[in-house]
Amino acid sequence: MKDKIAERLLLIIAFSAILALLLITFFIFEQGVPLIFKAGFQDFFSTNWRPMQGGFGILSMIVGSLMVTAGALIFGIPFGLACAIFLAEFSPKSVQKTLKPIIELLAGIPSVVYGFIGIVILVPFIREIFGGAGFSVLAASIILGIMILPTIVSISYDSLIAVPTTYREGSLALGATKWQTIVMALIPAARSGIIAGIILGMGRAIGETMAVIMIAGNALKIPHSILDPVRTITSTIALELGYSAGDHRAALFACGSFLFIIIIILNIIAIRITKRE
Amino acid sequence: MYRLTTVFSLVFLLSCGQRHSGIIVAGSTSVQPFMEKIAEQFILKYPAIKVNVQGGGSSAGIQATFNGTCDIGMSSRNLEADETQLKTVLIAYDGIAIIVHKDNPTENLTTEQIRKIFAGKITDWQGLNGIDKKIISVTREEGSGTRAAFVELVMHGKLISDACLVQDSNGAIREIVATTPEAIGYISAGLIDERIKAVAIDSIYPKLENFVTHRYRFVRPFLLMTKAEPKGNVRRFIDYVLSEDAQKSLKEAGLIPAQEIKQ
Repeated sequence: MKDKIAERLLLIIAFSAILALLLITFFIFEQGVPLIFKAGFQDFFSTNWRPMQGGFGILSMIVGSLMVTAGALIFGIPFGLACAIFLAEFSPKSVQKTLKPIIELLAGIPSVVYGFIGIVILVPFIREIFGGAGFSVLAASIILGIMILPTIVSISYDSLIAVPTTYREGSLALGATKWQTIVMALIPAARSGIIAGIILGMGRAIGETMAVIMIAGNALKIPHSILDPVRTITSTIALELGYSAGDHRAALFACGSFLFIIIIILNIIAIRITKRE
Repeated sequence: MYRLTTVFSLVFLLSCGQRHSGIIVAGSTSVQPFMEKIAEQFILKYPAIKVNVQGGGSSAGIQATFNGTCDIGMSSRNLEADETQLKTVLIAYDGIAIIVHKDNPTENLTTEQIRKIFAGKITDWQGLNGIDKKIISVTREEGSGTRAAFVELVMHGKLISDACLVQDSNGAIREIVATTPEAIGYISAGLIDERIKAVAIDSIYPKLENFVTHRYRFVRPFLLMTKAEPKGNVRRFIDYVLSEDAQKSLKEAGLIPAQEIKQ
């Protein structure tokens, strides 16, 4: 009897979480989608963002989000993967036990702290070395690259560890060096986990807001070089929501809907890939 | 982020309806810090009356005054034609200053030059002060009251260039200008400090004596709004804002008290 009650209770709680998700989804789309139709697809995917004068084009922000996300992956993947391989294959157990929690701790640092470090250290550094304003695609990419490290490292590490020891032994027995074993046997075997980690990291990068606002410069123009400032979809929502009203507000929700769809797609891909095991 | 929370609290208030017992003041984030300070002094004088000051932006404040979500709205721009049925009280003026880095030798810019800089027509300091550097202009985000005032006073129908950096507060713009030698931006004159340099516009510096005599033209009003003729505690609060004490503290904070500018 008591079990039944507890079971029901947990079921209700579980469903309330799903209900909250559904309500949020409904609210975002209900507020945003009408504006997309009102503005028309062509205008919505143009570069004319002047929401106070009826320009609702979000193309420059889409490009901006994609650029910083790609940049983050360029920095994040090599370092993340190298770190995971070192932890899983080269380091003794004691090192693994201390290093992995430390890397996971990176995920717990608030993004505003990353942004602050970016403003104080990275932006002036880029300005002095490469010129330009310093607030740039490059700065945002580097900071985002660091921010997605824990996701990539821990998921890749877990899937590398999960590769059966027989694979290693078999490969070594065939005369492969340790490096050949890693590149030819272990990484292909752990591929789906690694890719899932990268995609989840990508989701994190595309959704990151605070740190990007602080260091990307937020200029609306589509950047011509990695030293130009850039505006992402999330920064636009956070920058402008406070003062927005009417159609401007609806346009920000439309941005949110678009972002929501991208993130959902990324997550579905990540789940599909891990399930294929 | 802070502003986001204020928006959410505004929404929250909306859902709470009219059950509050104090005065709710909401609107422009430019007026908000000054109003918070005055509210603290007001509470010392009238401990029984609770005053709650919220942000949200001028437009949100006007909207909230219309639908009764707040008792007093704050605006840092003049009301538009369809908003004029609200009762307004002018509490102070705020100058908008053009700021550059401390080491920038520029002392004076014409309105025309400023307009061309922010429209992206002048992109180099070369022709302005002889330094061969690109200009990095910093503007406020779309929807900001300070941006609206800047567009109205300076841009005269020209659009602000998409190449400008965008920041969402006076403080953030001041920070970028303070740390970037090639930067130029605009902020509330009350927030000028020693880390940046305010330039003269058409040879007139953004200083109190120039505001008062109307010589410096880049000035915007700070308004309080009520839906109907204010009475009771609301009246008492507005009277306090206009009192000598409160106006003196506004002046100390860098604003221009309403009475000092002769209409």
